[in-house]
Amino acid sequence: MRAPPMTITTHRLSELDVLESEAIHIIREVVAEFERPVLMFSGGKDSVVVLHLAAKAFWPGKIPFTLLHVDTGHNFPEVLKFRDQTVAAHGVRLTVAKVQDYIDDGRLVERADGTRNPLQTLPLLDAIAAGRHDAVFGGARRDEDKARAKERILSLRDEFGQWDPRNQRPELWNLYNGRHTVGQHVRAFPISNWTELNVWRYIERENIELPPLYYAHQREVYRRDNMWRSVSPVSLPRADETVETRTVRYRTVGDMSCTGAVDSNAASVADVVREVGVSTITERGATRADDRISEAAMEDRKKEGYF
Amino acid sequence: MTLTIDTQAKAEEAAVAAPVGTLFRFATAGSVDDGKSTLVGRLLHDSKAILADQLEAVTRTSTERGFGGEGGGIDFALLTDGLRAEREQGITIDVAYRYFATPTRSFILADCPGHVQYTRNMVTGATTADAVIMLIDARKGVLEQTRRHLSVVALLRVPHVIIAVNKIDLLDYDEAAYMEVEASVRLVTAEVGIEAVHVIPVSALVGDNVVDRSERTPWYGGPSLLELLETLTVIDDLDASGRATEAFRLPVQLVLRPQGAVVVAPELADSYRDYRAYAGQVASGSIKVGDTVSVEPGGGTSTVTGIDFAGVALDEAFAPQSIAVRLADDLDIARGAVIAAAGSLPPVTRTLEADLFWLDPRPLAPGARVLVKFGTTVMQALISEVTGRLDLTTLGAQPATSLAVNDIGQASIRLSRDLPVERYAQNRRSGAFLVIHPQDGATLAAGIVTAPGEPTRAGDGSGAGSEVSP
Repeated sequence: MRAPPMTITTHRLSELDVLESEAIHIIREVVAEFERPVLMFSGGKDSVVVLHLAAKAFWPGKIPFTLLHVDTGHNFPEVLKFRDQTVAAHGVRLTVAKVQDYIDDGRLVERADGTRNPLQTLPLLDAIAAGRHDAVFGGARRDEDKARAKERILSLRDEFGQWDPRNQRPELWNLYNGRHTVGQHVRAFPISNWTELNVWRYIERENIELPPLYYAHQREVYRRDNMWRSVSPVSLPRADETVETRTVRYRTVGDMSCTGAVDSNAASVADVVREVGVSTITERGATRADDRISEAAMEDRKKEGYF
Repeated sequence: MTLTIDTQAKAEEAAVAAPVGTLFRFATAGSVDDGKSTLVGRLLHDSKAILADQLEAVTRTSTERGFGGEGGGIDFALLTDGLRAEREQGITIDVAYRYFATPTRSFILADCPGHVQYTRNMVTGATTADAVIMLIDARKGVLEQTRRHLSVVALLRVPHVIIAVNKIDLLDYDEAAYMEVEASVRLVTAEVGIEAVHVIPVSALVGDNVVDRSERTPWYGGPSLLELLETLTVIDDLDASGRATEAFRLPVQLVLRPQGAVVVAPELADSYRDYRAYAGQVASGSIKVGDTVSVEPGGGTSTVTGIDFAGVALDEAFAPQSIAVRLADDLDIARGAVIAAAGSLPPVTRTLEADLFWLDPRPLAPGARVLVKFGTTVMQALISEVTGRLDLTTLGAQPATSLAVNDIGQASIRLSRDLPVERYAQNRRSGAFLVIHPQDGATLAAGIVTAPGEPTRAGDGSGAGSEVSP
């Protein structure tokens, strides 16, 4: 039972190279072990990076799975346009599940605060069942939130999509266990170990295109909950809120009703990398009203089947 | 005191450390109340990895709960305890991953809780770690659980072991008291078979020797914890001259055979019509175009004609790169196969002896039919016999016929198919496996091969295991 002799070694791969290879390994494992994987694709930067990694994993072949987007009906139009262009460029098929359809026929009820993020769970679970998907890729990262920091790379969910944080499978070495029973599915997070800065450096290195609102632009905004909210039909200012035009960008792209912009002059990828490198606020803290509801907001949503 | 050794080792390591952008993974472990969450919080806070909104939330909660004292009114444990139940009960339930970076290195920290489920959590955190930081309370010294944790670390062959002797402030920074603890630490690490160990006196609460060297421990001449983490080598099986110390292994994940459905430019599509490559992540060693390789199952041999990485042709690839390899010969290779440096694979066998870290609440009954996963191979197996259980107090094997959760035991395993089995001590990737419940899919145990059984047929080479022949 002696420990191995200490060998002095050098490391020839950069941090991004190691993370990229880890993500590709995870994507390939899931494709090999599951029947019908699907990738959650919103057009947001993290899902765009996962799509890029999937394309690399199977080159020169096509990406061997379809994409799924749960559209809250409150998405930024420029992001939806980007989403459709990207899907077409990769030659993959996208299914869109619409929260609006569920509200229209009464399966879901609009919340008093107007945010639709928590309403995504039901259409998501229905779409997973309808597509008979046994594995669902997502671009979630562990540095985003305290609950996500505890989730495995392959996260087993029951037929209600529920995450049971107290009963997770141990994840050992790089041996992923994808076994599941009928009705269960697995959420797979290939970029679990990436930080926001890793994502931006990778976007810079790989020259990956993103929706324009990730970069500094002029926008009509008003101040609410200490963040800049965009003026849109689903996010109108109250009488006491002053609208002004500011130079802003988005650090995360989600539902217009709960995603805020930040003051920024970062107009290029290099600018954003510099900005993120010195930021003193987390991306979700800066831009997501729904994560401020309580200290366990994300944990509670995940237990209900959210990503 | 071994300061000279530590300093010398550090200087050597610093000399070969890559200048920028390396990724270092480490895990923290310790008994309940050793102040581990506080240490992690302090490390993140003092290395400026805690951002303003996180700090604000933690400060608010700390104040609400009346937390005060020398930590500046912040309960650092709240930074890492992510789940509602953890914050309510003041305990840590599961491994939490944290990310921070210094100008020279990025870190992934697996924060492993130290209570009841410690083996399960320790194993999860330690299997991917370049280093483990073990916390002990300076006032209590080496406890029963410290020995247990260190045994797990020794068995899993974690490359670097750091012992943080915490709460040194409560010993009034007394050198003699610390030296006594350090001596007992060195005794127990030697006893469990850990050769190199770094011991640091720290106070997580006050911050001594966590990020900066403390003026209150002038008798300690070594590096701070963070300095040490920044300079320890990343073990990826390359020696100082960049030569692989382990033989090349590529567990095949899938065969890339697009058959015309390609994403390359139309004018190139024809040349990819017969494209066929074996995709996987290099588990150990390195490979060059032109190298001869052996393949199991089948025992075939071929030559590497190309190494592809998403449209980029590489001359050479090494662990842990994800690549696709093209071969000169049309061998029957599917998921689960291993492509290896020629002559390096051990003979195939259907039996093996292993150490099992039993992780499931259901005990192991002898004769259990299970699934095992080695690399990308999943097959049926039979745990024919439990031959012993490690007594973590005496560190000796005691007789046992079954294993319960958190037990570490020895077992004989029969495989349903031929497999080139390697000892974990020879190859940390190919000697490791999962034991999986065949019905519900639960991960029952982490396994490490201690001895392959009798060969069912000769291997491709000398059968010398994974050492590179000179």
